[in-house]
Amino acid sequence: MAKQILSPLPGTFYRRPAPDQPVYKNEGDSVAVGDVIGLVEVMKSFNEVKSTEAGKIVKFHAENEDAVMAGQPLADLE
Amino acid sequence: MAIKVINPGLSTTVQDLGRPGYYHLGIPLSGGMDRFALRAANLLVGNDEGAAVLEAVFMGPELQFASDAIVAVTGAELPPKVDGNVQPTWTAFKVKAGQTLGFDFLKSGARAYIAVQGGIDVPVVLGSRSTYTLGALGGHEGRKLAAGDALKVGGVAKAAKEGRSIPANLRRLPGNPAELRVVPGLYWHRITDAAGTGFFADTWKVAPEADRIGYRFKGGKPLEFVPRKQPFGAGSDPSNIVDACYPYGSIQVPGGTEPIVLHRDAVSGGGYFMVGTVISADMDLIGQLQPHTPAKFVKVDMKGALQARHDRQALLQKLRAAVN
Repeated sequence: MAKQILSPLPGTFYRRPAPDQPVYKNEGDSVAVGDVIGLVEVMKSFNEVKSTEAGKIVKFHAENEDAVMAGQPLADLE
Repeated sequence: MAIKVINPGLSTTVQDLGRPGYYHLGIPLSGGMDRFALRAANLLVGNDEGAAVLEAVFMGPELQFASDAIVAVTGAELPPKVDGNVQPTWTAFKVKAGQTLGFDFLKSGARAYIAVQGGIDVPVVLGSRSTYTLGALGGHEGRKLAAGDALKVGGVAKAAKEGRSIPANLRRLPGNPAELRVVPGLYWHRITDAAGTGFFADTWKVAPEADRIGYRFKGGKPLEFVPRKQPFGAGSDPSNIVDACYPYGSIQVPGGTEPIVLHRDAVSGGGYFMVGTVISADMDLIGQLQPHTPAKFVKVDMKGALQARHDRQALLQKLRAAVN
């Protein structure tokens, strides 16, 4: 059963904590519950997206600065 | 009777119909951004239309109830869940003592109104229970809810029935693109005819910064100004004016690039020209716009605006009749 990380909020998705810093996670990285995988910007605040499952990221569905909806899959885990 | 906040969501505040009468002193209207949905939520649970409710934006809170309650969630399609079981929106349902009210992901719209029979009982400040977070005024300690907060619920005034529902044709959400009707304003002469035409012809998009203070829009052509020597007291940018009052709903365009529609927690004055004002009948729709939603401004005259207000009153009468 494939697991996914869903966006909790609508807004703009970022994969990095700041433009001059590396991405939180790459495809192939493992994640633990509570690991930050990106940010969603909305209403002048940046909200961390945390993994609710443990596993390995096999694919990102949203890229840096993509517009995302609440409930939209951001990454597949295995 | 108390409600314990387990998880506050993104920004959940206590709101009622607002705090009119102090805008000239810099204290904004506040209150629900979609007051039609707020009224509907209250009517469903037997409250006065203007009782205090919770306004949750984009993401629902998690609330534990200490005693039985009748609850209704209106506005955005943010499916409520009682101990994990999904409940319909725009419908009164029961939460039993000890149960937790949570929410699924937002499906459409932006702001949900959570009414509890008896209303949220916070102190009345300047005639309203609404939260104005920038001024730390009203609501629950003048701020958005935080985990661990306990909310009191008022005494039950009227009986409420589980299962009572608002008919689908009275549930109002913006279309796609959202259409916001605008009366061109006092400073219309500041932009060129081509800019004025473009403003209404362009499709704009809600910027992620949009909040209770103002809704910012991006993606249309920059407005071109009629050249002038800036008058004494005005800033040097052509979008600057000598400071003036900002009406609720007014659209300022700093630098001529990104229109901002002032909403319930707006500043009351400043030095940006206003291209026009969104009509009162459409302000609720703005409160339901998600970031990146396409929107168009539609030109109307005062007669059209008053007719829209009249139609809106008629819709409100239908809403009242539907729950009786």
